[in-house]
Amino acid sequence: MSEAALGRFYEDGEVIVRQGEVGDCMYVVQDGVVEIVREADGHEIQVGSAGRNEVVGEMAIFDRHPRSATIKAKGRARVLTLDKRNFLRRINEDPALAFRMVETLSRRIRLLNDQVVALQAQLDQRDG
Amino acid sequence: MTDTSAAPPDSTADADAALKDGSRIAVIGGGPAGSMFTYFLLDMAERVDMRLDVDIYEPRPFTKPGPAGCNMCGGIVSESLVQNLAVDGVWLSSDVVQRGIDSYVLHTDVGSVRIATPNDEMRIGAVHRGGGPRDVTEAKWESFDHHLLSNATERGAKVISTRVEEVGRANGHPTVRVKGGEPVSYDLVVVATGVNTSILKTFEGLGIGYQRPKLTKTLIREYYLGEDVIAQTVGTSMHVFLLNIPRLEFAAVIPKGDYVTMCLLGDDIDKELGDAFASAPEVRAIMPEGWDAGAASCQCLPHINIHGVEKPYADRFVFIGDSGVTRLYKDGIGAAYRTAKAAARTALFEGVSERAFRENFMPVCQSIHGDNRIGEYAFVLTRIAQRLRIMRRAIIAITRDEQANGRRPRLSGVLWDIFSGSAPYSDIFRRMFDPMLAVRGIAAMPGVLVSTIRSTELAPGPFRHSDPGTPEVKA
Repeated sequence: MSEAALGRFYEDGEVIVRQGEVGDCMYVVQDGVVEIVREADGHEIQVGSAGRNEVVGEMAIFDRHPRSATIKAKGRARVLTLDKRNFLRRINEDPALAFRMVETLSRRIRLLNDQVVALQAQLDQRDG
Repeated sequence: MTDTSAAPPDSTADADAALKDGSRIAVIGGGPAGSMFTYFLLDMAERVDMRLDVDIYEPRPFTKPGPAGCNMCGGIVSESLVQNLAVDGVWLSSDVVQRGIDSYVLHTDVGSVRIATPNDEMRIGAVHRGGGPRDVTEAKWESFDHHLLSNATERGAKVISTRVEEVGRANGHPTVRVKGGEPVSYDLVVVATGVNTSILKTFEGLGIGYQRPKLTKTLIREYYLGEDVIAQTVGTSMHVFLLNIPRLEFAAVIPKGDYVTMCLLGDDIDKELGDAFASAPEVRAIMPEGWDAGAASCQCLPHINIHGVEKPYADRFVFIGDSGVTRLYKDGIGAAYRTAKAAARTALFEGVSERAFRENFMPVCQSIHGDNRIGEYAFVLTRIAQRLRIMRRAIIAITRDEQANGRRPRLSGVLWDIFSGSAPYSDIFRRMFDPMLAVRGIAAMPGVLVSTIRSTELAPGPFRHSDPGTPEVKA
């Protein structure tokens, strides 16, 4: 990873955003991997991960709720910050900019559906 | 030029003027505007299951060093464009971005001030448009224009590496002819030639209402310093200069891999003005000891568009990037992105008739155009600052004060946006007249007046990158 490249480097385990914070940015991974973890009752549960070119942290921009999860670097990662203001202004002029966001959200819903099915199967197995 | 079509200009039936499976599109010019148009058109066409044939006419080999492969510009990918491309999924590798820029340093004869990005992040990209300066023996990077053109060809576009000789119209459709070839008919011709070409004149004779934009000259020089020397001197900052040199309006020094690029804007720009700027003490202060201002690796005097085209569209024609409407002085690649994408969206979803472009593409051009008029006033103010030493002192004093006392970055933010071209000029102009900024100006005046009186006794020290006293201000 070149030091001269775009974005900022985060070292392994370094937090990019923390669950519960109010956010006005989203992020695009430029190199490496980031993991998305949910903190509950003192435990951390990994709910996803993202690699190069993937958008993370976009929910806080659209639903204006506090961050639903913590995002941190898994290994060394290079991440670019995107400002809410610039992004929303650009979507206003260029709705096509939203295509990839919708794609990202769709992909995530698919993943969640798969997880729900897998969890349900586990529960059925345990109960049955 | 041939026009055998009996139809008046605005009468292309909308049904016929919609792109459909197998429609043919010619893109003249494979620089950022042409490549981005193609990339987004083919990307969106795929989403709606449409197959289009796109020919990009581009004779330049962008991988070649020197003028043969270069589209001659400062090579800055603005903060907002970096972010938009990231959302669009256009990844810029560290081979393309020669240097991430994390700060601006404003230099004046009365001091310097560094304005950094929030979070110390590299948010602006410095790129080489072609294969690099003339004396490059081994290119360590990928040309920005080549990278974007490759993205377009990966989406299925074909590159025709021949110069276009004639563009005409036949049976209501545009035609393109290359040297020694027959005219080829297209459903749409996209003109993305930039302004440094004679072919634009061709379109004025076509009877489609196109008139070339108003131009001015710029000067761009590349100096070889080597990556290590750059890290110790110019660093990861873009250096901008507000100097009272006759005819000079704006100047910047941009680090890029092994080179630094010097960009000058002004009246009747020529080599002498370049030499005068390069020998200014404020410039020498950021360059390494013993630097030879006469040893430039490459120099060019390209034109830029300073007043966009009034009607950058016609039936089955659209003009994007510099050959249509662009942003005044700044962020030309960002404007190419905006007009390219607006043209692609219009062509695919609204059609290629004059009406479709007028209603859907022109509003984006008008927004850039209107903002440029406001930008002209913003630049009048920087011109005044260039002439008035007291104003330069005030700018430096207020910006330093904002940092030292952790105040809201009112002036730093304005300066950042003027230099980076990241925000619309209307937004910058409004913030220039923020009453709180005026209050800060008045508060800074006693100090400014004292230092103005003292300056008759003391000469100001030039900025050094290692100078620990150089204040840093967050934008």
